[in-house]
Amino acid sequence: MLNKTFSFPEKKSVFFKQFNLELEKIGLNSLGIVTIISFFIGAVVSIQTAFNFESPIYPKYLIGYATRESLILEFCPTMLALILAGKVGSNIASEIGSMRVTEQIDALEIMGVNSASFLILPKIFATVLFFPILIILSITIGLIGGWVGCQTAGITTASFLYGIKYEFNAFYVTYCLIKITVFAFIISSVSSYFGYYTNGGALDVGRSSTKAVVYSSIIVLIFNFLLTDLLLA
Amino acid sequence: MIEINNIHKSFGDNHVLKNISFKFEKGKTNLIIGESGSGKTTLLRILIGLHKIDKGEVLYDGRDFNQLNSKEKRKLRQEIGVLFQKGALYDFMNVEENIMFPLTMFTNQSYEEKIERVNNCLERVNLQNNNTLKISELSGGMIKRVSIARAIVLKPKYLLCDEPNSGLDPKTAIIIDNLIKEISVEDDITTIVNTHDMNSVMEIGDSIAYINNGQISWTGNKEELLQSNNEQLNNFVFASKLFKRLKNI
Ligand SMILES: Nc1ncnc2c1ncn2[C@@H]1O[C@H](COP(=O)(O)OP(=O)(O)O)[C@@H](O)[C@H]1O
Ligand SMILES: [Mg+2]
Repeated sequence: MLNKTFSFPEKKSVFFKQFNLELEKIGLNSLGIVTIISFFIGAVVSIQTAFNFESPIYPKYLIGYATRESLILEFCPTMLALILAGKVGSNIASEIGSMRVTEQIDALEIMGVNSASFLILPKIFATVLFFPILIILSITIGLIGGWVGCQTAGITTASFLYGIKYEFNAFYVTYCLIKITVFAFIISSVSSYFGYYTNGGALDVGRSSTKAVVYSSIIVLIFNFLLTDLLLA
Repeated sequence: MIEINNIHKSFGDNHVLKNISFKFEKGKTNLIIGESGSGKTTLLRILIGLHKIDKGEVLYDGRDFNQLNSKEKRKLRQEIGVLFQKGALYDFMNVEENIMFPLTMFTNQSYEEKIERVNNCLERVNLQNNNTLKISELSGGMIKRVSIARAIVLKPKYLLCDEPNSGLDPKTAIIIDNLIKEISVEDDITTIVNTHDMNSVMEIGDSIAYINNGQISWTGNKEELLQSNNEQLNNFVFASKLFKRLKNI
């Protein structure tokens, strides 16, 4: 299937039309959930950090610093990937799966369309391109959430901002972007695979979509471990 | 004309088609009838290359489908219109885009040329001015009509229909059947229709092949069908009380 998926589309205009559709479906429609989740995670992380650093030996700016580090290093990329595996993964698998069981994929094939590349490639491109944008958004919103959390814990804005900028390591952002790009590829390709090889009826579409979420989450977690080991250790 | 010779097809241990041979003639509606699960859909999918055969040949006016190279196959595919059982309309496109899609894939026509052809086809199936409807907004009968329009948009020489009136009420079913027949005769197309619906058989059965136990066990036309003394065929055709009475008249 990989070979078939990555063969070059015959009609470029048709490919770009699909790609635009996918960007909207996969990317734009995830903005809401990403914003909400990132905000609350940011807030909770900063409150908990503040709670744990209550002793006067620690300078207050450490709270901003710790919030930033945990968001960039782990919470944003991994949590986000798991949530998107649920949302985007099940969406991809059920969409392709229902096209399979309603013979739409057969119809594409007999019209001389390479259905794997026509359906799957735009989805992979769209996730790989858009997830990094989502992650930047997520970190930003997460930090705003962290700041709001600090207000409730009585930390001043100035010390939070100082903490955010304290010993900033740009590589961590690169690391985070690498992770999310890999996760994006895993989620879209694994889910497409389960959708594409659905056979049967509506029930089987549901089954494929569940499998897509479970397998892409597990593979994301495994790669999270491997990448962390590889890039940071 | 489409000719199939000695077709064999198994799924694992399930020998679905055993030595099927038949000639589907031009300008006629050729019917394949048989119970559910008798292999009608499988045969149709074999004809368009969606299933590989174990043995045998499929000849489109002498061209052996399975011996063609990919370029020749692509050319032949443009000559084949297919009406899938569930319609198989692309649900991410509207009516007009669905019908236009084969034109986009197979030709280099301008948008104006394409839209003109699309409108012609919509008129042909009596759905003019419904261009921008979504697929989810269509009734069962409309789905079949749009599928027919999409199947004929490239002016095919062959038209293959899998249970074109499944899931329709009797009146709509007959309208769809007659639409298919009319198109076949007017455009001189070789049409194959799968069905287990006796109304369609009586309505449009120019040439009929009855599949039973993986083999063609009877052939003829709709008049001959009424006179037949093939027992299995009679059990199948005259399964309902209504048709039993009809036979006794
Ligand atoms: N893709 C497939 N894999 C395995 N078995 C199949 C497949 N498609 C059809 N069959 C089997 O082939 C037989 C004929 O099915 P089908 O051609 O759909 O019958 P019909 O269209 O006449 O109702 C059935 O026993 C069915 O289970
Ligand atoms: Mg069938």
